[in-house]
Amino acid sequence: MYLVSCILFFSSCSSWFNLGILGILAHFRHYFIMLSAAEKTLIEVNDVHKSFAHNHVLRGLSLAIRQGESMVVIGGSGTGKSVLIKCIIGILSPDRGNIFVAGQDIGSLKEKDLYQLRKKFGMLFQAGALFDSMKVWENVGFGLLQHTTLSKKEVKKRAIEKLNLLGLHQIEDLMPSELSGGMRKRVSLARAIAMEPEILLYDEPTTGLDPIRADTINALIVEMRKKIKVTSITITHDMVSAYKVGDRIAMLYQGKIIEVGTPDEIKNSTSAIVQQFIQGKAEGPITQAEAQI
Amino acid sequence: MLNNFFHLIGSVSILFLQESGRITLLLWKAVLLTFQRPFNLKDILRQMEEVGIKSMPVVLITGAFTGAVLALQSYTGFQRFNAETFVGTVVALSITRELGPVLTGLMVSGRVGSSMAAELGTMQVTEQIDALYTLAVNPIKYLIVPRLLAALIMMPVLVIFADLIGIAGGYFVSVKVLSSNPYTYMERTWNYLELNDIFSGLFKAAVFGVIIATISCYQGFFTRGGAEGVGRATTKAVVLSCLLILIFNYIITALLF
Repeated sequence: MYLVSCILFFSSCSSWFNLGILGILAHFRHYFIMLSAAEKTLIEVNDVHKSFAHNHVLRGLSLAIRQGESMVVIGGSGTGKSVLIKCIIGILSPDRGNIFVAGQDIGSLKEKDLYQLRKKFGMLFQAGALFDSMKVWENVGFGLLQHTTLSKKEVKKRAIEKLNLLGLHQIEDLMPSELSGGMRKRVSLARAIAMEPEILLYDEPTTGLDPIRADTINALIVEMRKKIKVTSITITHDMVSAYKVGDRIAMLYQGKIIEVGTPDEIKNSTSAIVQQFIQGKAEGPITQAEAQI
Repeated sequence: MLNNFFHLIGSVSILFLQESGRITLLLWKAVLLTFQRPFNLKDILRQMEEVGIKSMPVVLITGAFTGAVLALQSYTGFQRFNAETFVGTVVALSITRELGPVLTGLMVSGRVGSSMAAELGTMQVTEQIDALYTLAVNPIKYLIVPRLLAALIMMPVLVIFADLIGIAGGYFVSVKVLSSNPYTYMERTWNYLELNDIFSGLFKAAVFGVIIATISCYQGFFTRGGAEGVGRATTKAVVLSCLLILIFNYIITALLF
């Protein structure tokens, strides 16, 4: 983004001579706005701690997610990845630290404001978390039925549109129990995008799926980002998925983010912990540390 | 040894206070949310059907046989001092003041309380409750308020039917089986029955309804640990509801005595 801005900057230098001082200042302001929009932090997690009884899961986790980017958080099972996104959406409250979403401190929000803020989010759950007493279209249109005055007919129409967008046809009147694992995930994704959120959270989107279905879900995540231009956080331990969907990857280990970088930077990381994880080796510093515990 | 004993007493006391505090807070939140828009009338009606209409057969059978057995037992006792004509009075007072609300409460906690705890518990362990949060819907408002209102409204309705069928059961046994005089039986029933007896029973029923819904929803809402956790929550919901019904029955009776 910096490179693009520099090119734009120099390409318009010639025109400066034709402008007065106000024009120059206006140009500076224009580039400043462009740069700040590109680098604007939408979600900021600062020194967050979270414990469950004697299990200290998050131990001073800090992470910044820029507007429009796709951040992937990787880490072993039980390292607190799901806890992190539940803290970001306000389902869990951190014991210490702050989380800012669009400049608002989640911890200091009133309950009513927190529910308003949640309308900015959509979330894909690991097992779908579809409401099993409702039909597929009612699941997808649930947010619309609750928060808008749209008629049921209109909501159903929109739900079908979202389902079609994800390649699901003629399933709107089925119950969730009649769907396969991959279909449940796609329906859950349709529900997550039905309210056209600004931020999408994906909790282990490819877990439990065969490689082809997993790749379909990865493709859908990439496509969603292109189509509805959302900021997304994906938590996974599937490295194929991480490389495919992430602009940046953050490694969560022992309650902290130990490294953040682009997929290439992560692949070439000098950290032995990161290398053991991404290569999926049975022996290394992670297993040694676990053995000591 | 002594330290362990005090440690145990302390732990149990803290746990008891924590649980009762959390239950009270949940009930308080639900009460506040009851008066906030949107009012989910459809969900409330659906729950009223679940709590009221579907429990009706169980409650009617319980009421009928309780009235019948009460007539048999009191007849046996009263016959010894020639007071058989008062069987109708005893049946009516026992049913309306005590047995109607208590037995209905116990039956409903077994049937509806277990179902509420299991349903909410399953929703909790399959992350459906978390999904409600992410869809900006308050799960207490969406799931607990309709159940609480349904139990509060339908428990007194069920008790009215339990009272009627209980008195009818007593009448049937006394008149048809034990050959009591039907006019005397009805006269002794209505002459000694006051509105206060019926209303105290209905008040108890409403309180029991709140107890059943609150305890069952609480157990379901805070379920942890998969299928096993759901089973544990369901058992706890029924046992705790039944115990609290019996304890509150004494407290209310003592206050209204």
